[in-house]
Amino acid sequence: MIETLLDSVRGIGRRTIDRIWRMGVAARFFMQILLHSGTGFRRFHLIIREIFSSGVLSLIIILVSGLFVGMVLGLQGYETLQTYGAEESLGVLVALSLVRELGPVVAALLFASRAGSAITAEIGLMKATEQIAAMEMMAVDPIARVVAPRFWGGVISMPLLAALFSAMGVLGGYLVGVVLIGVDEGAFWSQMQSAVDFKEDILNGVIKSVVFGVAITIIALFEGYDAPPTAEGVSRATTRTVVTSSLAILGLDFVLTAFMFRGV
Amino acid sequence: MQRATLDLWVGIFVVAGIVAVLFLALKVGNLGSYDSSETYAVKASFDNIGGLKPRAPVKSAGVVVGRVADITFDPINYEASVTLSLSARYPFPKDTSAAIMTSGLLGEQYISLDAGGDETMLVSGDALKITQGAVVLENLIGQFLYNKSDGAGDEAQQ
Repeated sequence: MIETLLDSVRGIGRRTIDRIWRMGVAARFFMQILLHSGTGFRRFHLIIREIFSSGVLSLIIILVSGLFVGMVLGLQGYETLQTYGAEESLGVLVALSLVRELGPVVAALLFASRAGSAITAEIGLMKATEQIAAMEMMAVDPIARVVAPRFWGGVISMPLLAALFSAMGVLGGYLVGVVLIGVDEGAFWSQMQSAVDFKEDILNGVIKSVVFGVAITIIALFEGYDAPPTAEGVSRATTRTVVTSSLAILGLDFVLTAFMFRGV
Repeated sequence: MQRATLDLWVGIFVVAGIVAVLFLALKVGNLGSYDSSETYAVKASFDNIGGLKPRAPVKSAGVVVGRVADITFDPINYEASVTLSLSARYPFPKDTSAAIMTSGLLGEQYISLDAGGDETMLVSGDALKITQGAVVLENLIGQFLYNKSDGAGDEAQQ
């Protein structure tokens, strides 16, 4: 009886220490990526290839979801604003909610599940098939050759994808609000322009998406690099990437929002 | 270079992303309509600013001529000290008066400038002398009720 209780307490302790250990390894991993970024930028075609696989290939899902999110915002926003006779503010509602929150956050969630999982699976499989060990044998640093280009590819792609998501969302809101329902077009754009500030809203949204891009790619790369070299290990690492980075996005979003939009 | 098609796609992606940022900045945001580089700052003290917030518009004759840059409390005069950042395109005379208004019944609050007749113009760092604070609805109702009850008392005496 007392033995099982002690065992469970020991288990909690072991897992906590294990998590902290992994945290330390992840931090060291991040430092190494930053140290080897110079080599990555000198061979820029590697980064371009990663922008293609994580950015360009995520384009369709980002554009289509952005359009639909904007259209739903247009419909729901109109329903609510109509009761106060403030349909003209639809543009403000759609633009502010997209630029400040939904654009960076939803684009990052989609990016984590579309590109982050792919990065983890790719690196995990490279490790399982001993390609990374082979590189080390040839005195090629795998961090500089494989990891750093993927990191910068993701960090460059993420803000561009978030901006495209927001722009498509605004267009979706315009399509539903102005073309379909018939809100006055001039009021839609002019109220939006007077309410959305470039520095306060748009730039802060871009900063958010850059932070999310760093968080997602670091988590994806580390999970892949740290995965046990088995089929089960890679599949678990892929799942962990999506779960951890989604939680990280939402948590970071709260912290960043608290810093950026407090008391304004 | 062999990966020409790949480069093309990445190029299209980057250009589309930059176009999206420009679209957000110029069409959705206020970067095109309001130039923040050329402004001059003018101070004004109000006894009560009501619900005025930083970045609220400053209007003259209904046209936006600037924004509220900063709001602080002046501990010497116990008044609110508001810094207005006005566009350099619109010079105002020195005896311009400022009043805090509300757009519509429940709308946001803004500062309305009424130009005076002075020959010299405001320069950066000047203070507006004539100001009128926000109208507090509770005070207005209180005054109205007070007058009403006063009138009722007079009638009863007669």
